[in-house]
Amino acid sequence: MSGNADIYHEMIIDYSRNPVNYGEIEDHDVTFHDANPLCGDSIDIDMKIDKNKVSDIKFHGKGCAICMACSSVLTEITKGKSLDEVKKIEKNDILSELGLEHLQAVRIKCALLSLKVLKSALYTYMAKHLKDTEDIDKLKEEAANLY
Amino acid sequence: MQSTESSFENIRKDFPILQRTVRDNKRLVYLDNASTTQKPNQVIDSINDYYRNHNANIHRAVYALAEEATEAYESARDKIANFVNIKNRQEIIFVRGTTEAINLVAYAWGRAHVKEGDIILTTEYEHHSNIVPWQLLTQEKGAKIEYIRMDDDGELILDDLDKFLATGKVKLVTFSLMSNVLGTITDAEAIIEKCKAAGVLSLIDGAQAVPHMQVDVEKLGCDFFAFSGHKMLGPTGIGVLWVRKSILETMNPFHGGGDMIREVHKYETTWNDLPYKFEAGTPNIADVVGFGAAIDYLTKIGMDNIREHEIELTKYAIEKLSQVKGLHIYGTKDISKRGGVISFNFADVHPHDVAQIIDEEGIAVRSGHHCAQVLMERLNVAATSRASFYIYNTKEDIDVLVNSLNKVAEVFKL
Repeated sequence: MSGNADIYHEMIIDYSRNPVNYGEIEDHDVTFHDANPLCGDSIDIDMKIDKNKVSDIKFHGKGCAICMACSSVLTEITKGKSLDEVKKIEKNDILSELGLEHLQAVRIKCALLSLKVLKSALYTYMAKHLKDTEDIDKLKEEAANLY
Repeated sequence: MQSTESSFENIRKDFPILQRTVRDNKRLVYLDNASTTQKPNQVIDSINDYYRNHNANIHRAVYALAEEATEAYESARDKIANFVNIKNRQEIIFVRGTTEAINLVAYAWGRAHVKEGDIILTTEYEHHSNIVPWQLLTQEKGAKIEYIRMDDDGELILDDLDKFLATGKVKLVTFSLMSNVLGTITDAEAIIEKCKAAGVLSLIDGAQAVPHMQVDVEKLGCDFFAFSGHKMLGPTGIGVLWVRKSILETMNPFHGGGDMIREVHKYETTWNDLPYKFEAGTPNIADVVGFGAAIDYLTKIGMDNIREHEIELTKYAIEKLSQVKGLHIYGTKDISKRGGVISFNFADVHPHDVAQIIDEEGIAVRSGHHCAQVLMERLNVAATSRASFYIYNTKEDIDVLVNSLNKVAEVFKL
């Protein structure tokens, strides 16, 4: 196969078949849901936060192989990180992990939905528990303009 | 033109886009006709000719070009009247498409007639364009939107219609003549008969049906009928709303502006005659002309021949796709009750992934919710893949589709 279908390599298929950190956290400290209106992909992220660290994170929802693989990788990257570190996670951290740097524009939203949900969950948590409003606005803007 | 399959082979030559290749020099297999269709030379040339030789604004100036432009625009209205059997050309309003047509009804009829507690009844297999305008209206009026449910074969449960009509609160029953996802052909006669018996108005979304079968608006007996040009070889941005005159006369204008007025004074305005009262502003003249050319083209082939061709393709596609292990087709298997639209899911592979992999083979299918999320919820899926046919599709196209699914199976280790 050539061209755009190259994205379907082993890792993507494996992650989509066996997503990592898939499920819900019942006693989460923050949860957030978002969807891509045009394709119907929909992701929820639950996080447990202890001492400003993400002690647990799970996602669930419906999406294509790209969406599922990226959500898995994102939760792996996020788990154990401090909130300050989570703030700094960028789209290329996810895309490069899966060799998706050259993903077509039309599929970028599949790859980055979970990152958008993560950033949104983060500012939701911060707005509730912390007084760091400047960062909240920055995160909101980042989430809104991710793709 | 003959009704044989061989006559359809030459049709492809009229469509320049079908001559090009895509991706890795692959023949274009265009199977997204429920979304929009390709355009024949006859349509493209007519728009070109209009701009090159006849362009002027209509209905006003007295010079030669204006006369020609007006004639071209108005003759398309007559072609449409003949094509779907509308007796009174004054009842035909040009709009941007079916979406605008339904919004026009929701705004101009709905605001005048729908009150608190009323019900607008639609169906579970509607396009968002036949749901959202009614949600907006009913929310504003304190009225309610309700749904005729669909059974597992993708057919409407008409007992629901009886149940809601019995409440005496239904103001309008609005439904598509063919589902854009399942291809189900709605039993419009049965629905309209019940509506008439209850004294309730009915609206038909003909966007999917009119391009693919003979439709007779007069015989259907509904009160509102809408369809789009671009799904029947015409240009985008042009469609038709038909409203029975006695109802049209009770409706306020949709948009205010030029062409829709009789006299404008500082504090009051009187309205132009029908249909111009509902066609404010300079209309999409060139695309109306192109729409007329599309109707000429379809008329020449014959709508019954088109239906026959699509039945042949749909039968073949269902037979072939049914043999693919792990592939699930939604909707009825009864060809007489469905058009050339096949929605399917392939094992646990997401439709976007299916679409992307088969795109490499030159195949254009739609993947997603098809602007029918209420239906997706009913089917309990996030999305489907959808192949939809038109006059220029061939059995070879279907073979390419079926073969490409092997690639999907390979990648996803099915």
